[in-house]
Amino acid sequence: MTAVDSLFLFFSLALILSALMVIVSPNAVASALYLVLVFVFTAGLYILLQAFFLAVLQILVYAGAIMVLFLFVIMLLDMREPCRWWSRNLPALVGGPLMGLAFGATVWATLKRTTWPEVAPESLFRGDLVQVMTPVFTRFLLPVEIAGLLLLVATIGVVVLTRREGPS
Amino acid sequence: MIIGLNHYLAVSAILFGLGLTCILVRRDALLILMGLEMNLNAANLALVAFSRFGHGATGQVLTFFVIAIAAAEVAIGLAIVVALFRKKKSIHVNDFKTLRG
Repeated sequence: MTAVDSLFLFFSLALILSALMVIVSPNAVASALYLVLVFVFTAGLYILLQAFFLAVLQILVYAGAIMVLFLFVIMLLDMREPCRWWSRNLPALVGGPLMGLAFGATVWATLKRTTWPEVAPESLFRGDLVQVMTPVFTRFLLPVEIAGLLLLVATIGVVVLTRREGPS
Repeated sequence: MIIGLNHYLAVSAILFGLGLTCILVRRDALLILMGLEMNLNAANLALVAFSRFGHGATGQVLTFFVIAIAAAEVAIGLAIVVALFRKKKSIHVNDFKTLRG
């Protein structure tokens, strides 16, 4: 077992464990912090896949911006009582994991049947910055503009949604 | 053991299943958004793995877009949660039964 293999095992096991902890943790702040761990371990898997730029982006955007937003909202809402989600929630408690398992089993069966074309180790894609970002600004220029417009719309939408309607 | 495409896809599928479970089990609007983030993350992982083993940049470019869309989606979602909390003093989704504001 090489170092990359053991790193893959460590990252994926830690990822799955943190995702489980997000689900079962009764405290919303703890869930958010476990979600940060999920993002960090995913960034580790990206590094193993040689997608260094996306790993940095993952840490910056997800673990940085999005999680700070989540924590701000949790503290803004100021929920006093711990969320006892397992009480009076039997259909979801049984049906949710069943749906997750059914999805996993479907994907597992599909993966078992599919054979991917073999790729020689030297021809695997290495995602350095130039190779990843050149298509973004050439072939995918219109989607980039649309994504920028979408972010602008989201910004304005958030301002409109959270505005307090006062007498002024 | 050589770590191949299938291993990454399996991890991605497990993460997606866990995100789906989180959405279905937790009745808390914030936790539902977190489950959604896990789903998007699982899709990103699958895209990056395909990009690595299919030697093309398109998967990583798509991941770039997914991250941008996720940022917009979570900002809007949290704004809606805050607005609902002001109205109903609760973020339990079972309390949001009417379409009227």
